[in-house]
Amino acid sequence: MESGATREVVILGLGPAGLTAAIYAARGELRPLVLEGEPSSTSDQPGGQLMLTTEVENFPGFTHGVLGPELMVSMRSQAERFGAEIVTERASRVDLSASPIEVWVGDPQAPEPTLRSRSLIIATGARSLMLGVPNEARLLGYGVSTCATCDGFFFRGKQIVVVGGGDSALEEALFLTKFGDTVTVVHRRKELRASKIMQDRAFTNEKISFRWDSVVTDILGDDRVTGARLRDVNTGEESDIAADGVFVAIGHAPTTELFTGQIEIDQAGYIVTHEGTKTSATGVFACGDVQDHAYRQAVTAAGSGCMAAIDAERYLSSLQEN
Amino acid sequence: MSEVITVSDDTFDEAVGLSDIPVVVDFWAEWCGPCKMVAPILDEIATAQAGKLKVAKLNVDDNPRTAQRFQVMSIPTLLLFKQGEAQARIVGARSKTQILSEFEPHL
Repeated sequence: MESGATREVVILGLGPAGLTAAIYAARGELRPLVLEGEPSSTSDQPGGQLMLTTEVENFPGFTHGVLGPELMVSMRSQAERFGAEIVTERASRVDLSASPIEVWVGDPQAPEPTLRSRSLIIATGARSLMLGVPNEARLLGYGVSTCATCDGFFFRGKQIVVVGGGDSALEEALFLTKFGDTVTVVHRRKELRASKIMQDRAFTNEKISFRWDSVVTDILGDDRVTGARLRDVNTGEESDIAADGVFVAIGHAPTTELFTGQIEIDQAGYIVTHEGTKTSATGVFACGDVQDHAYRQAVTAAGSGCMAAIDAERYLSSLQEN
Repeated sequence: MSEVITVSDDTFDEAVGLSDIPVVVDFWAEWCGPCKMVAPILDEIATAQAGKLKVAKLNVDDNPRTAQRFQVMSIPTLLLFKQGEAQARIVGARSKTQILSEFEPHL
């Protein structure tokens, strides 16, 4: 990565928000540099949450849907076509009060920042939450999974538990019925958060059953998953359910550690934006799931990415006027 | 040309078990997004470590026996073999730095 001259705009994160910001900024001839992050098997990776999904049916323009990873690959090529520079690295530290803004990649203790930029667009998204129960980490990869599309294959003819009640939990559950004999959705409430269409599909699928008002308190198994321990939230009663696989889809938390103490972040951990995508730090804009606890859709993330690029562009031209 | 070799249920024991240098086996499949992120990293490692470390790819779709034998239930899984014995295991996609630092103590 070429550090050298001060950049006009650096974008952190490469989901639909970061990519749309990159497309607009590149077309605005701001030569954006995108730090897309590093590979992982959670949603905290280049491409973001869509890299772990299958069919995206609600992104406008695709009559018959589009595969999540495919959509991201094509958005990425579109950004590159207009000259966005994309680097597979993660920012390790930022100084948002410096002018220009300072960004470190690699060693966060290095005396000099890796990059300097007049503006910064934060599009770091949200990462999947884990259950945080005793044996979860130990059994990750041995029956505990965060990625149904990656691991469903290994559970052919098996009993599967999916934890969660949102759209992603039901999407995983429906996908897993292709492989598993039974899929039990464990949800802590009596009602699902998922959209009506996903609920209808799940309720009419013969392989899917529900355990309501239940939370997972532990994962069972020595060298591979054999079940999960559940607690009824009303009675407090514990019971074990047999399972070969436990898929965790309990939602996401915004990825904001890097900015703690430097910009306004609300109690739930989301970056606070005002007048479009402005944050409390000058020249710093935020878009996508890192600042959105209400909508969290691919299309709203893309929309706010476009707003952030336009806001950054206006900010940069106001600098020139002064 | 890539230094990465392809192994199957039939060739695994010969290619990995009898190798005189350590072998990283990448358990992957076409339908796995994170696997695609890791592939170019393994290409780089194979080229940089040529002669010291071999990188082999095993498609779990076509070779379920080997995947089952090593209890692979999540992909990508990277297994490091020395004289045919599995020494270290990485489950899930990782950056190049993380992969190298996990495997280095075993090389």
